[in-house]
Amino acid sequence: MTTAATTHAGHHEEHPTGIKRWLFTTNHKDIGTLYLWFSFTMFLIGGAFAMIIRAELFEPGLQFVQPITFNELTTMHGLVMIFGAVMPAFVGLANWQVPLMIGAPDMALPRMNNWSFWILPFAGAMLLSTIFMQGGGPDFGWTAYAPLSTKYGPPSTDFFIFSVHMLGISSIMGAINIIATILNMRAPGMTLMKMPLFVWTWLITAFLLIAVMPVLAGAVTMMLTDRHFGTSFFDAAGGGDPVLYQHVFWFFGHPEVYIMILPAFGIVSQIIPTFARKPLFGYSSMVYATAAIAFLSFIVWAHHMFTVGMPAAGELYFMYATVLIAIPTAVKVFNWTATMWRGSMTFETPMLWAIAFVILFTIGGFTGLMLGVVPADFQYQDTYFVVAHFHYVLVTGAVFAIIGGVYYWLPKWCGHMYNETLAKWHFWLSAISVNVLFFPMHFAGLAGMPRRIADYAPQFQDFNVVSSIGGFAFGASQLLFLFIVIKAIRGGAKATDQVWEGAKGLEWTIPSPAPYHTFATAPEVK
Amino acid sequence: MSVISPKKALLALLWATLLASGSALADLQYNMPVGVTPMSQQIHSLHMIVFWIVTVAGIGVFGVMIYSIINHRKSKGAVAAQFHESTTVEIIWTLIPFAILVAIAVPATKTLLQIEDTSNPDLTVKITGWQWKWEYDYPKQGIRFFSNLSTPQDEIDNKAKKDKHYLREVDNPLVLPVGKKVRFLTTSHDVIHSWWVPDLGIKKDAIPGYINKAWAKIEKPGTYRGQCAELCGKGHAFMPIVVVAKTEKNFEKWVAAQKQKEAAAAAASGKSYSKDELMAMGKKNFVAHCAACHQANGEGIPGTFPPLRQGHSFSASPTMMKDLKDLGFMTDDNKIHMGPIKNHLHIVLHGIEGTAMQAFAQQLNDLEIASIVTYERNAWGNNTGDVIQPSDVKAAR
Repeated sequence: MTTAATTHAGHHEEHPTGIKRWLFTTNHKDIGTLYLWFSFTMFLIGGAFAMIIRAELFEPGLQFVQPITFNELTTMHGLVMIFGAVMPAFVGLANWQVPLMIGAPDMALPRMNNWSFWILPFAGAMLLSTIFMQGGGPDFGWTAYAPLSTKYGPPSTDFFIFSVHMLGISSIMGAINIIATILNMRAPGMTLMKMPLFVWTWLITAFLLIAVMPVLAGAVTMMLTDRHFGTSFFDAAGGGDPVLYQHVFWFFGHPEVYIMILPAFGIVSQIIPTFARKPLFGYSSMVYATAAIAFLSFIVWAHHMFTVGMPAAGELYFMYATVLIAIPTAVKVFNWTATMWRGSMTFETPMLWAIAFVILFTIGGFTGLMLGVVPADFQYQDTYFVVAHFHYVLVTGAVFAIIGGVYYWLPKWCGHMYNETLAKWHFWLSAISVNVLFFPMHFAGLAGMPRRIADYAPQFQDFNVVSSIGGFAFGASQLLFLFIVIKAIRGGAKATDQVWEGAKGLEWTIPSPAPYHTFATAPEVK
Repeated sequence: MSVISPKKALLALLWATLLASGSALADLQYNMPVGVTPMSQQIHSLHMIVFWIVTVAGIGVFGVMIYSIINHRKSKGAVAAQFHESTTVEIIWTLIPFAILVAIAVPATKTLLQIEDTSNPDLTVKITGWQWKWEYDYPKQGIRFFSNLSTPQDEIDNKAKKDKHYLREVDNPLVLPVGKKVRFLTTSHDVIHSWWVPDLGIKKDAIPGYINKAWAKIEKPGTYRGQCAELCGKGHAFMPIVVVAKTEKNFEKWVAAQKQKEAAAAAASGKSYSKDELMAMGKKNFVAHCAACHQANGEGIPGTFPPLRQGHSFSASPTMMKDLKDLGFMTDDNKIHMGPIKNHLHIVLHGIEGTAMQAFAQQLNDLEIASIVTYERNAWGNNTGDVIQPSDVKAAR
């Protein structure tokens, strides 16, 4: 396989320029760049929705938006951030880095790669366009529970269903491509157990994607036929079952959560050893822990729905299975800590994001354990405590790892160092404001504030004021990120090939910026 | 470019914020309530046990990490050790979390099994979720009523000062006796709701086609507030729950009074009323039951909830437009028009299938529906002059 790719790579001397370059590109680096810019655009759009939500929740009463619009905003915020920002960002990083890390000349299926990206802007635009449709956009939360989304959903729900299908197709194609690349195109000597952890975590994530995106497609298709073709999958009056929707949705939804965190584990496992100048403490246990988490993700779905009235035996099973996830997760956190222990650490920006990830993700993991304890979950379920929990794992988890990864690999991509002082400002502003934003939500939830409400009782105001201030600060800080990245692309100190003193791996053996075609001749890995 | 260290600037800001907010936190509720039932108290202690376990674990792990960050840095001349892979260490740090999890699972299992034991109740209350109100039914006592948000719209729209119990107050609270095992059966009439009162330690989804069970034995008289916890549409934030727990004697008194009230309401439906009387009652009932969607000014919400004011333009999905035209409530140039009384009553009583328009036949009595329809046909300049009596509604049922 690798020899065939070597001879082939020589033919790509001319590249089209302008719009054609991007439209027709089959180059993994170009496609990675497209994914990352798309992701960042969606991050800002989803963030803008969040800013309106935080403004509305600044004080009790209705100030800026009516409840229906508020529900559209929370729905769109969730969908845009998950399917538009976080997932494409990881695919973008995989596109750039996986071939470079395994010594492959490109992705295994370059044309499909082009297609899986170019579906995204259309699916995303269709999803966003629902806001302007008659009857408003989807307003039933990103989880789209029946019958609120079926019998009671606005007409635009059909466009939501179609765009979910398109996003799913894009994800599945991306995943197939990543698996094919990793399994077939590794450089000679790069055995599976020598692969960098980012590659490993993505390999496992790709299998998760292939397994569960069709489940989501099935769920929304049943929604569609319930809406228009007379079926009653989720309608009790027709012999169906509204809770079935939740089971199917979360059978997708829980692995989806790990789809958004496993590659983040991978990124952090690359960054920490580099800046601790010390090998990862337990490489093979990290691989096994990732696989264990992926396996467990399939058998814990109903912990998202403890209040639907399952039998006690079902609740007990899902509680035991859920808390078990704490073990492989703890193994990971211990491993990162042991890697830092007696290292020779420096704290360039990527390391700061990685350390913040470990600490804040762990806090999210702790609240996850609390949520797994069923009797207590009866009080936490559907409150701001849950909102706090999943934003700790998704924002200070997934998003922090993505940003850390961008700072880590940016010099390799554009050949320039970013401005370290500004980047540190970006980090500290984000790391502090994100806690001001999400930490008080734990208290609001425990005190009794449900999630997804447009207006609230006065006793929750103090927490909401603090959260909103943190939210505005966190949102504004990300504009600084945009500025830093553009500045680094346009110029700056020349990056060396290795970029970071402690960096190890194939991607650091090629020049910075990475040439348009790399590893035309496969490197030898010892 | 700027050279000020971000660390110093931001730490100063953080301290200032913490100090400023410290005084405001004095009497704020920030933890799960202990509650007033044995189950809520057990849940609370379980919550605190797990909280302290994760706090200690956090201090341990973060402590090691911070020690390492301070001492094992290159700027202090630290030289990286190259150790990695130790099976012993890995086994130990797998077993410790496992032991902790078992320690958590044991009390959690005990509490859960008690929570799920809804057998032998002293009293049963059936709770039905509606968009956006709760219906309480005491089958043994023969009492049934709806519980609506009682916060005035002006407070929500910031036109009036907000009450202390803003959004957590209702017209008819759920009244329960203390010291009795009360079983709740929850279900829904439309979408999924969730009945949640933190002080009772109960959150149970109300699902159409399902009957879920929960129970509580309230230990002391008082008023306990909660609200719907499952997104159920635009009124999700506006369907609170108020539980008033009374001593057994006072509860019996309330049951008697409630029965009398329901009998009086039934008798009132047997009489005839003048247009002015119906308009006055109609306005009140319209605001309570219809204005959430059709708005107090009868102008509806574009694209979703049709206006009731004659001559007002409206456009929505083709099926909704067809329904409105077929029923005679819309002219060919898409303006609202008051159609036949017969159809008007039919819509209010039975709703419109496939839309958000509910069937009010079970929710409202003849007099309430008569007053609402009379009001709708004459308010906002509609002035059809039609007067609908309770007997007309009875005939249309």
